[in-house]
Amino acid sequence: MSVGKKPGPAGGDKVQEFSIEELRAKFGSGLEIQSDENMLLSMGPQHPSTHGVLRLLLELDGETVVNLVPDIGFLHTGIEKNMEAKTYTKALVMTDRIDYLAPMSNNLGYILAVEKLLGVKITPRAEAIRLILAELTRIGSHLVWLGTSALDVAAQSVFLYCFREREYILDLYEMCSGQRMMSSYFRPGGLWRDVPEEFVPAVRNFLDFFPSRIEEYEALLKENPIFHGRTKGVGVISAENAVSWGLTGPSLRGSGVNWDIRKSIPYLGYENYEFDVPLGTNGDIYDRYSCRMREMRESLGIIEQALDRLPEGPVNIDDRKIVPPPRAELGRSMEAVIHHFKLWTEGFSAPEGYVFQRVESPKGEFACYLRGDGSPKPARVHFRTPSYVNLASLPVLARGLFVADLVAIIGSIDIVLGEIDR
Amino acid sequence: MSSGNSSAELLYEKVNNAFPEAVLEVVDFRDERTLVIKQEFLKEICLFLRDDEELKCDFLEDIVADDLLPNFPRFAVNYHIYSIPHNHQIRLRVPVEDPDDGPETVGSIWQIGTWLEMEVWDLMGVTFKGNDKLRRLFLPEDWQGHPLRKDYPLGYEEVQFSFNWEAIGAKKPFAKD
Repeated sequence: MSVGKKPGPAGGDKVQEFSIEELRAKFGSGLEIQSDENMLLSMGPQHPSTHGVLRLLLELDGETVVNLVPDIGFLHTGIEKNMEAKTYTKALVMTDRIDYLAPMSNNLGYILAVEKLLGVKITPRAEAIRLILAELTRIGSHLVWLGTSALDVAAQSVFLYCFREREYILDLYEMCSGQRMMSSYFRPGGLWRDVPEEFVPAVRNFLDFFPSRIEEYEALLKENPIFHGRTKGVGVISAENAVSWGLTGPSLRGSGVNWDIRKSIPYLGYENYEFDVPLGTNGDIYDRYSCRMREMRESLGIIEQALDRLPEGPVNIDDRKIVPPPRAELGRSMEAVIHHFKLWTEGFSAPEGYVFQRVESPKGEFACYLRGDGSPKPARVHFRTPSYVNLASLPVLARGLFVADLVAIIGSIDIVLGEIDR
Repeated sequence: MSSGNSSAELLYEKVNNAFPEAVLEVVDFRDERTLVIKQEFLKEICLFLRDDEELKCDFLEDIVADDLLPNFPRFAVNYHIYSIPHNHQIRLRVPVEDPDDGPETVGSIWQIGTWLEMEVWDLMGVTFKGNDKLRRLFLPEDWQGHPLRKDYPLGYEEVQFSFNWEAIGAKKPFAKD
């Protein structure tokens, strides 16, 4: 069999044959084709199990994946370039769109970088609310992962259960920011505004009912022999390899590497909270699954601690050069009008220098590199996104396995294409 | 906190002792230490950071390129390197005079290096010696230029998807007006 065959016109028996060189030119140069006996298959970009517009070019020997190369960029929107043309505050809205399943984590990474560059310390109440929302985001993102990755291994009902609970988290977003997904709730120096009164009882309610829901999901999967067959011992990566390939988050911890940014480089006062970092041992799909499931429980614990000690007080720092004045002051204070006008037209200036701020997003290490040049606009913004880096190890995980396993592996490393392409 | 000065000091001293001529400048900003190093020493220093028992920087977090137009050297490539066992972090900053003659690849030291360098080349146009996998990753294969450079305009230019103008013109003659 030759490398690629293209059927001729309908009903015709002419088959057009391509040489390897022609195919390479056609498909891009990424794939190192091992043998002309193998078949090339383009999986995606419109494919339900690639979680977005990811195209994988597979080299197959029968049903076995010999080699593959990810082809990305279908969702590239130039976020980093666009942010250079906006002020620090206005650039914030673009960060929601990076990983649209975990908007608050992206906001957090960017805003903490801006605050680090400015040298600002936020109030304890804002810190606690940010932490609660970041952990809710983790649960929400894990729910989408659980639903879709279970769908990939043909466990269809989990999906609906997960989206039911995610809806509650989106309602919580809406309650505090007015938006279900693109929240932009964290602002330089604090929050957009304080959370409404009903927020805390609503989160408490979530803490009450959610543990039993996790048990429901586990009842569907944990003892399920089909699920075990599809996930145990599949897509294994050793600890050493995982570190070298830059895996982070649950994908790294599934291989037993104990590295969580919340523990090792704490931000938002995570060092004051008690929680465990769930670890796997085998580094297969099942361990990554079980890490995320346990992480959801740990997140609940963190949220509970944060609610118990939620401090009263302002949510914004008292620096009018960074935080705009409250609306009520505009009617009676000339300074407030000036500050308001300056902030929404010119913005605040950040000093010259560069910072790198990491946060533990649901998918792994989300980091923001920010360079200021003394002007109100960032000179360079760069995001180190976990999905982009985790995707690089896909060929290592999938080589030698079946195409069906590849689908399960893509689900297990939890990628979001908005975050890969930016 | 890992960004405490003791670990940064240790890293700096070890690197400076091993490569006395490599470090051009030490920048401390917001509890982060940056070693500005000469381009030709990059690979050796990375290897040293990874293999030294006290440092064990086994994790390459990110590679970011900066365009410093109109300064010279115009480009700077930042390597964010981290040690999981020791919780050390350091940033190596390499000024690059000629983007076509960029630093050596670190893909042989950390596997992820190749992949991160592909992004830098695609969007900023800095090449990496020894990385033969540099290709268009985010942008179409026939894209001209590198959009994150400062002299690359943001909008208001002709769109680049013009390969099928003939087909468009045949079906929609008004499209060009």
